[in-house]
Amino acid sequence: MISLLRSFWRVLRHTFAPRDTVQYPEERRRLAARWRGRIILSRDPDGEERCVGCYLCAAACPVDCIALQATEDEHGRRYPEFFRINFSRCILCGFCEEACPTYAIQLTPDFEMGETRRENLIYEKEDLLIDGPGKYPGYNFYRVAGLAIGGKDKGEARCEAPPVDVRKLMP
Amino acid sequence: MTETARALWSLGGIVLAVLSLAAGLIWVERRLLAVWQERYGPNRVGPLGLGQVLADTVKLLFKEDWIPPFADRPVFVLAPTIVMITVLTSFAVVPVAPGIGVVDLNVGVLFVLAMSSLGAYSVVLAGWSSNSKYSLLGGLRAASQMISYEVFMGLALMGVVVLAGSFDLRRIVEAQRDGWFCGPQLLGLVAFLVAGLAETHRLPFDLPEAESELVAGFHSEYSGMKFGMFFVGEYLGVILISALTTTLFFGGWLGPWLPPVVWLLLKTFVLIAFFVLCRATLPRPRFDQLTGYAWKWLLPLTLVNLAVTGAIRLALEGP
Repeated sequence: MISLLRSFWRVLRHTFAPRDTVQYPEERRRLAARWRGRIILSRDPDGEERCVGCYLCAAACPVDCIALQATEDEHGRRYPEFFRINFSRCILCGFCEEACPTYAIQLTPDFEMGETRRENLIYEKEDLLIDGPGKYPGYNFYRVAGLAIGGKDKGEARCEAPPVDVRKLMP
Repeated sequence: MTETARALWSLGGIVLAVLSLAAGLIWVERRLLAVWQERYGPNRVGPLGLGQVLADTVKLLFKEDWIPPFADRPVFVLAPTIVMITVLTSFAVVPVAPGIGVVDLNVGVLFVLAMSSLGAYSVVLAGWSSNSKYSLLGGLRAASQMISYEVFMGLALMGVVVLAGSFDLRRIVEAQRDGWFCGPQLLGLVAFLVAGLAETHRLPFDLPEAESELVAGFHSEYSGMKFGMFFVGEYLGVILISALTTTLFFGGWLGPWLPPVVWLLLKTFVLIAFFVLCRATLPRPRFDQLTGYAWKWLLPLTLVNLAVTGAIRLALEGP
C-alpha cells in the first residue's frame, strides 16, 4: 500500500519535469560530424575528383547499391564515368567510406532525404559530387601516391624518393 | 408535456455531451500520459493537438469494417453495441445538477450496478465470437475479472446507501450537504475505485485486453467502427465511474460559488485524471492475483465496512 502511494507520488512528480521530446522540424538536435547520413563524393584541394574508380566501395557495399564505371582521362587520371547510388537500397552502413582508399566517398550528417517517388532516390554523380574536400581538408591522393600522371612523374610525390635507376644498382 | 420535454432535452444533451467528452478523453489521456512520461503527446493537429480527436474519429469511420470469416457473425456484430448501450443507459440515472438528469430512479445505485454487470457480457461475447485464441483468453479473463470485482463493488456502495438512507442517487447527493462521504466511507471509496478500474478494464486491470500478452485481447479481431465502439465504450465507462464516484463520495454537484454542473465536471475530471495516473503508474497483475486480492482482502474489508457503518448508524440514530 505504501509502495503504491510512493509510486503515485513519483509519477506525479514528473508533472513538472522538463520534457525530453525534441520538436523535430522546428528544433533540431546537433548531429555528430561522423554521423552516417547522405553519401557524397568529395574533391581534393585542387578541385579535382578524388574518386579513382577502384570499385572497392561497390564491392564492400552489403546491399549492392553503388554502381560505377571507371575510365581514364588524357593525363592518366582515373575517374568514374558514372557513379550511381540507389538510396532506396542504401542502409547507410558506412562500409563504402571505410573501403575508400582516397577519402572520396564520405557520409554526411544529413538524413532528410525523404521523397515521394522512388526514382528520385537514385543519385547520379552530379548529385553526389560536392565542391569541397569534406572531412579530410588537406588530402590529395595523387600528391601522395607513387603513380605517374600527367604533370607529375614518378618520384615527385610528397615524401617520395626519386626512383632508383636499376642499371646503377650493380653490386 | 413539460416534464417529458425536459427529460428528452436532458437525454439528448447528456448523450451528446458524454459522447463528445468520451472522444475528447482520448486526447486528454494521451496528453496526460505524455506529461507524466516527459513527452508532449499529440500536439500537431490543430491548437494543442485537439484536432487529433477529429482525425482519429475520421480515421476510424473510414476504416474497412471487416468481419473475419471464422467469427460467429451475429454475436460478433452485437458484442460492441452492448457496452455502448449499457454504459449510456447507466448515465440516465446520474444526476448532473438539480433539475438536470434523465430520470430519478429510487433504485439508482442498483440500476447502475446491474447495467455495469451487463456490460461484462460485451467483452465476454466479443472474446467468444471472435473465434481466435487471443480473443478467447481475453474473454475468459474478463469473466474471471467480473466475478472478482462485481461482488465487492456492490458492497462498497452499501455503506453510502446506509449513510444516505436511499438508493436514489439524487438523494445521496443531497445527503452529502453536511459532508462528503469520502471521509466516513474511505474504505468504500478505495474499494469502489479498485472495482471501477476493473469494471472499465482500465490499466492496471486491463487483463482482458493485455496488449503485451494477448495482442489486443477480446478485440483483437475487431476493426473499424466496431473497434471504435469498444474504444469509446471504455472511455464512456471511465466517465461513468468517475461521475458515479463523484456523485457517491464527493458530493456530486455540491460546491460553493460555481454552478452545479461545473462542480460535477471538475470533480469528474479530477477522477479521470486519477484513472490516467493509475495507468501511468501501476503494472498489470496476474488474473489470479486480482481474483485473490478481491476475494481475500477487498470483499472482507467491504463487509466489515458495511457492518461497522450500519452499527454506528444504528447506535447514533436508533432503528
